[in-house]
Amino acid sequence: MASAEVSTREYTAVTEVAGPLIVVEGVEGVAYGEVVRINLASGETRMGQVLEARSGIAVVQVFEGTRGIDTDQTKVRFTGDIMRIGVSREMVGRFFDGLGRPIDGAPPIIPEKKLDINGAAINPTSRAYPNEFIQTGISTIDGMNTLVRGQKLPIFSGAGMPHNELAAQIARQAKVLGSEEPFSVVFAAMGITHEDASFFMRDFERTGALERIVAFINLADDPAIERIITPRMALTTAEYLAFECDMHVLVILTDMTNYCEALREISAAREEVPGRRGYPGYMYTDLSTIYERAGRIRGKKGSITQIPILSMPDDDITHPIPDLTGYITEGQFVLSRNLHRRGIYPPVDVLPSLSRLMDEGIGPGRTREDHAGVANQLYAAYAEGRDMRDLVAVVGEEALTERDRRYLEFADRYEREFVTQGPDEDRTIFQTLDLGWELLSMLPEGELKRIDEEIIKKYHPKYRSK
Amino acid sequence: MSENGIISKIAGPLVIADNMRGCEMYELVKVGEERLMGETIRLDGDLAYIQVYEDTTGLKPGEPVLRTGAPLSAELGPGIITNFYDGVQRPLDAIRERAGDYITRGVEVPALDRERQWDFTPTAEEGKQVEGGDVLGTVQESKVITHKIMVPPGVSGKLVEIKGGKHRVIDTIALIETEDGMKELTMIQRWPVRIGRPYKEKLDPEVPLLTGQRIYDTFFPMAKGGAGAIPGGFGTGKTVSQHQLAKWSDAQVVVYVGCGERGNEMTEVLDTFPELDDPTTGEKLMERSVLIANTSNMPVAAREASIYTGITLAEYYRDMGYDVSLMADSTSRWAEALREVSGRLEEMPGEEGYPAYLATRLADFYERTGRVRVLGSREEYGSVSVVGAVSPPGGDLSEPVSQNTLRVVSVFWALDSTLADRRHFPAINWLRSYSLYLEPLTPWFEKNAPPGFMDQRNRMMAILQKESELQEIVQLVGADALPERERVLLDVARMVREDFLQQNAYHPVDSYCPLEKQYLMANVILRFYDKADEALDAGIGIDKIESLPVKDEIARMKYVPGEEFRARYEEIIKHMDEQFGSLEA
Repeated sequence: MASAEVSTREYTAVTEVAGPLIVVEGVEGVAYGEVVRINLASGETRMGQVLEARSGIAVVQVFEGTRGIDTDQTKVRFTGDIMRIGVSREMVGRFFDGLGRPIDGAPPIIPEKKLDINGAAINPTSRAYPNEFIQTGISTIDGMNTLVRGQKLPIFSGAGMPHNELAAQIARQAKVLGSEEPFSVVFAAMGITHEDASFFMRDFERTGALERIVAFINLADDPAIERIITPRMALTTAEYLAFECDMHVLVILTDMTNYCEALREISAAREEVPGRRGYPGYMYTDLSTIYERAGRIRGKKGSITQIPILSMPDDDITHPIPDLTGYITEGQFVLSRNLHRRGIYPPVDVLPSLSRLMDEGIGPGRTREDHAGVANQLYAAYAEGRDMRDLVAVVGEEALTERDRRYLEFADRYEREFVTQGPDEDRTIFQTLDLGWELLSMLPEGELKRIDEEIIKKYHPKYRSK
Repeated sequence: MSENGIISKIAGPLVIADNMRGCEMYELVKVGEERLMGETIRLDGDLAYIQVYEDTTGLKPGEPVLRTGAPLSAELGPGIITNFYDGVQRPLDAIRERAGDYITRGVEVPALDRERQWDFTPTAEEGKQVEGGDVLGTVQESKVITHKIMVPPGVSGKLVEIKGGKHRVIDTIALIETEDGMKELTMIQRWPVRIGRPYKEKLDPEVPLLTGQRIYDTFFPMAKGGAGAIPGGFGTGKTVSQHQLAKWSDAQVVVYVGCGERGNEMTEVLDTFPELDDPTTGEKLMERSVLIANTSNMPVAAREASIYTGITLAEYYRDMGYDVSLMADSTSRWAEALREVSGRLEEMPGEEGYPAYLATRLADFYERTGRVRVLGSREEYGSVSVVGAVSPPGGDLSEPVSQNTLRVVSVFWALDSTLADRRHFPAINWLRSYSLYLEPLTPWFEKNAPPGFMDQRNRMMAILQKESELQEIVQLVGADALPERERVLLDVARMVREDFLQQNAYHPVDSYCPLEKQYLMANVILRFYDKADEALDAGIGIDKIESLPVKDEIARMKYVPGEEFRARYEEIIKHMDEQFGSLEA
């Protein structure tokens, strides 16, 4: 049976072209998910994949778009194989297009392996729980929403906000304390502008990071349907580097909003029953097959940490894209337009931000024993301060009690001193925590209910200076 | 029946097969050369629509479809406890041994280990009449669970022979002479997952499921055999709440179903349960738990099946007379799987693309909960309680899954993202949540909880209610403008919120709070309120009351271990009385 389908088969019976899809009739033995090469009358070759296989009929999505495809001369070749990418250690330092073809002028990759780009679900019993603290040098992340190796933590941003700067800063500064292990960055761009792409490239070049980067780039003017494939190419490469070459891989996916738009386009072309806002009902499942490819595996040295970036349409966090993402990822960094407008960088709004794996990654032996308490107390105090701000807007500062005024001032100083830092400022976790203590010491000690008493006695500036 | 069908169409998890006439609805089939597991979900002439529990990439039209003649069933017998299954009850450990770190296709592994020997101790007597549900004997399944081997429902007759000693699950352990001839029984029963297991009689909920969580036990109690829902947007703490319930609730058996959620979360459960001490038995939690995981990236059809697999296992242990609690995280992902398959079937969609039968399916599922008198000739009671997490899109509870769930459950624990943003955990909104079991459980609390437990609860609730009214005024005029008596109330309400309701799941002591400690903590706060009121009567200024040092002691009392708490309580009361006594107008 295995040898029966090796030969490729070619057909000319394209009977229908609709949006990104073509329908081919009279076909035999077509497999669901099979890769297809389409030869146009002009001599151009395009790639596609079978979305629906019926007896005699195949529905194919064409990655590079259907412009120029006719129902007369176009030839469709079924390759008998599913979508794969040839991977190799040599890919580090190279640039590819959205379908994994080199675009840096260097010779093609000689693959060590050809891997199914869809991957497979990691058996939950094989996963190792992520608990190694990654220091990004950014206080709002390290102190309040700690990133750990093997986590997937997206940046929820909006048009015009500095998410690219933040992602580049993380990629540049991220390190695990006391470890010098092989580290690489896999960068997948989906539908981003030329400008954004060159920002990342310049930044990687400036900091000498280029030699440890694998980039897959689909620009805004590249075919939209290709974007379905780009993150999968990138993640398959990342899995190879992490679990077969023992590297720690940071995967940056930008912009997931464009990916979801492409998904919707195909769904609409297939006339599927739409879910919320026209996005397909299976978008949650589809996104999970991307995000869940982060993690660590027991007995393997490497890891995959994912930072997807997505722009929230109209800054709406309840929009299906950020909403479904938030349900899959292990937390989120939310950028705030309000902070950005006031010139605060990085404009991370810590209140809606969250890192679900933080508790495992912090504490004695990883960061410091006071970390959990300090983070919790900073949260509570900042939230209280923000409430006071709303109150002041209505009743004026005179109506506040002394306690309330302290909180109000705390919130201001927190934003000015703790949140704000330079794009090249790399704070250690200890600097971040000490900064936190300095701010907390503005408040009466009795207010620090979230911190254990012994910890206060040990770290509170009041006791430390003595 | 041996005749094979032929695949005629593949689209995602849905496969249509021809030549399937005579196939039953919900029959288990094996699809393609790789014999992928699937289930028929619609029949149309010779065509059968099949949802496939594994990835369908690479399947081709023309490949065979094998019928099994049986519905999708759970395998029930010793070896379930401490196991870790996927949505169709394949043990994930065994899959890992065979297929490696990734879940590949076409792996067939039986749910119960065929080789393992169990020591079977007969309790039934040869020569006696037995019926479905009667106990034949026992097997020590884990350190804390004694597994009762029962006569399967529907079988009755004379017990001719029973064999004690070491057996594998597939060995014959008993012979029963039924009306249709001799029947050999093994330790395995099979039961179709979509059908509830039978029982003698369903009873009213009158015993609480204690969880060691203050907001649940004191404010919105759950009943053994009850059904509850925790809806909340992402980041509000659904999963942590579910983990807490699984860890600390006083059920004897815990079934945890991770349905379409994160892989790392299941790993966390897997890592922590074998380590955690169970407060009721002193053994590890895993000794009474079974986990079912179908993470979001595992095949969507198996996700749909996972909650049925879970509740079937729960019912089986209920039939032995155990109190079982089942956590389903999250039922929204289950509903989405239903929607996805329905979409592929091109069914007419109801609200938001969900199929019109969503409400019926949800009701069917939650109706399988309950406290029952079990089947068989003995008088024994067991229960299945279910707490389902719901993940409404955008945190908006008006969506169909939340609404249909709320119609059938009796406990509603409303997670609130504003509370979560302020790190008030568990982020359960006390004004919107409710428990319909409060009434039926009151007699139990009156009998078993310290006297005045319910009165204290009602007083705290009234304080919180009043606080929310006052907050509206404060928003307009500031707290200073309020009369002193109301400012004291605000202060006490803050104590209730911060010092009572907030509970730190990650703190070794605070994670679990026994009922007596809950009572004493509430007592301290209310006593403070009474004392403060008296002080105001005596003309003492509010500033003095607000700055009493005993408030710090109250704030930290939650971190005092349960066994030392009584002593600490006396101390705090003493300090409080002294400090109030020393106040002067």
